[in-house]
Amino acid sequence: MTSSSTPVRASPRPARRRRVDRRGWLFVAPFLVVFALVFLAPIAYAMWLSLFREQVLFGGTQFVGLDNYAAVLGDGRFWESFLRVLLFLVVQVPVMLGLALVAALAIDSARLHAAGFFRIVIFLPYAVPGVVAALMWGFIYGDHFGLAADLNEWLGRRVVEPLSGDWVLASIGNIVTWEFVGYNMLILYSALKVVPGDLYEAAAIDGAGALRTVVSIKLPAIRGALVIATIFSIIGSFQLFNEPNVLRSLAPNAISTFYTPNMYAYNLSFGGQQYDYSATVAIVMGVITAIIAYVVQLRGSRKGV
Amino acid sequence: MATTTRSPLKPRKSPVLTAVMALYLLYTLVPLAWLLISATKTQSDLLSTSGLAFGGSFALLDNIAQTFTHDNGIFLRWLGNTLLYVVVGAGGATALATAAGYGLAKYRFRGRRAVFAVLLGAIAIPGTALAVPTFLMFSNLGLTNTPWAIIIPSLVSPFGLYLVWTYATEAVPDELLEAARIDGAGELRIFFTVTLRLLLPGVVTVALFAVVSTWNNYFLPLIMLSEPDWYPLTVGLNQWSAQASGVGAQPIYHLVITGSVITIVPLVVAFLLLQRFWQSGLTAGSVKQ
Repeated sequence: MTSSSTPVRASPRPARRRRVDRRGWLFVAPFLVVFALVFLAPIAYAMWLSLFREQVLFGGTQFVGLDNYAAVLGDGRFWESFLRVLLFLVVQVPVMLGLALVAALAIDSARLHAAGFFRIVIFLPYAVPGVVAALMWGFIYGDHFGLAADLNEWLGRRVVEPLSGDWVLASIGNIVTWEFVGYNMLILYSALKVVPGDLYEAAAIDGAGALRTVVSIKLPAIRGALVIATIFSIIGSFQLFNEPNVLRSLAPNAISTFYTPNMYAYNLSFGGQQYDYSATVAIVMGVITAIIAYVVQLRGSRKGV
Repeated sequence: MATTTRSPLKPRKSPVLTAVMALYLLYTLVPLAWLLISATKTQSDLLSTSGLAFGGSFALLDNIAQTFTHDNGIFLRWLGNTLLYVVVGAGGATALATAAGYGLAKYRFRGRRAVFAVLLGAIAIPGTALAVPTFLMFSNLGLTNTPWAIIIPSLVSPFGLYLVWTYATEAVPDELLEAARIDGAGELRIFFTVTLRLLLPGVVTVALFAVVSTWNNYFLPLIMLSEPDWYPLTVGLNQWSAQASGVGAQPIYHLVITGSVITIVPLVVAFLLLQRFWQSGLTAGSVKQ
């Protein structure tokens, strides 16, 4: 995102530098070899697979061109799962990033008692595996021995049912928010830390209040970090898998096998042996994600300049 | 830390702001408190007592012992697997990202921009979307159901590379490298004797994030492994949980809960012990954002 802003110092002796420069590959090559094996090769392989279809009757595979793509685009299950993660994204990401931003600004404001304590504790859930977070919240949501059950008992009625069909998406959103507010807070806070102190001094001399400082100095200064956090969050939403997959054993009626696109791709492969079609679903989701991430990055870096 | 000294105004601490943030802290901590308290209960206490109150007996040690002995001590095996994946996978990822990040930050070789573009694309492409094709590829190579199926994909951390890259740009002065070269040191020697020391906070940060993502990895091992003997903790725990709710199953909720606590504790301890390092690593890294 930023290497373009790296100052490149003009070298006085270009000939000597070029000799040294080629040695950069020595450091980069090992990474790239493994990268090609675990990123590029699977992408190429998935594209290859997506052009074939397993024949049900004769057991062979047949080249079908773009038929699988046409099938995915006309697949009601795919679109249902896609719209679900889109709804999730539109609601959960702003809530999570909003909380993270408020927390980062509060911790950075120097008006908070025990700011260091807040920073580390809010970050802690990030160290909790998604599976453990989902198991833990799943129990808390549950009827057996969770806090939801306690609350219902106290109210005398079954009011709180986080694992019911109407609520389960919001319940998943809560788990993801709980896990990742701290992580995003840390990204934003790190960006705030490097705003030059002179800017604040100048603002104070000009009589800017706390709110004005936030709007005019802090928010523009961390725009790049906000864009990165947004992109990571969008990717995370489209990839949603762990939490719904873990909760499925507690709420099998509310969470289908195609609840998210990723669960759909997984179950096509491992429940249905439809590897070619599964690869196509994965590619379509990858392309959609990459396009949206790209648009966000473009808009984010252009806005307010 | 430096927050109070940086502002020329030294604003007064606000009890209201602190109280609001304390509310958020409750949201963060209550589920963890629930987990810790629940880990001290017997199976019957779990079902009969309130979630945030202690049960009739304090069964934590008993639960831990049961977690490690249940099903012929498979949990210990999962813990060992997780450690193996973390040491080799996250360790390797840190090494590769450190070398590559340094190389990209400090050498102006041809093709550098192309590398950058490919990496950026890779960050945008969902890793889990690649999991199924990766499984099929590894299956053809005969790597599924072996530790390699988990370790090899863990070796690459584009985000780690990005962090080291930005960190190295800041923390490793070109002049120092030039001076070492004039003294006759080779590039590798410079890397190991000069650069690594300067990069340490950045490397710790990358290592910590790599450790977390390997320790917490679930989707990949779920796909790659069918033998419980190779499971990491995450997949194993979820299997225990799922078998507890099946038909005619024997619930072992207390073991799932205690196992969860045991899974979390090492990472939390690592984060707390190393916080000075990784926080400075992040802060310097964000200079370039």
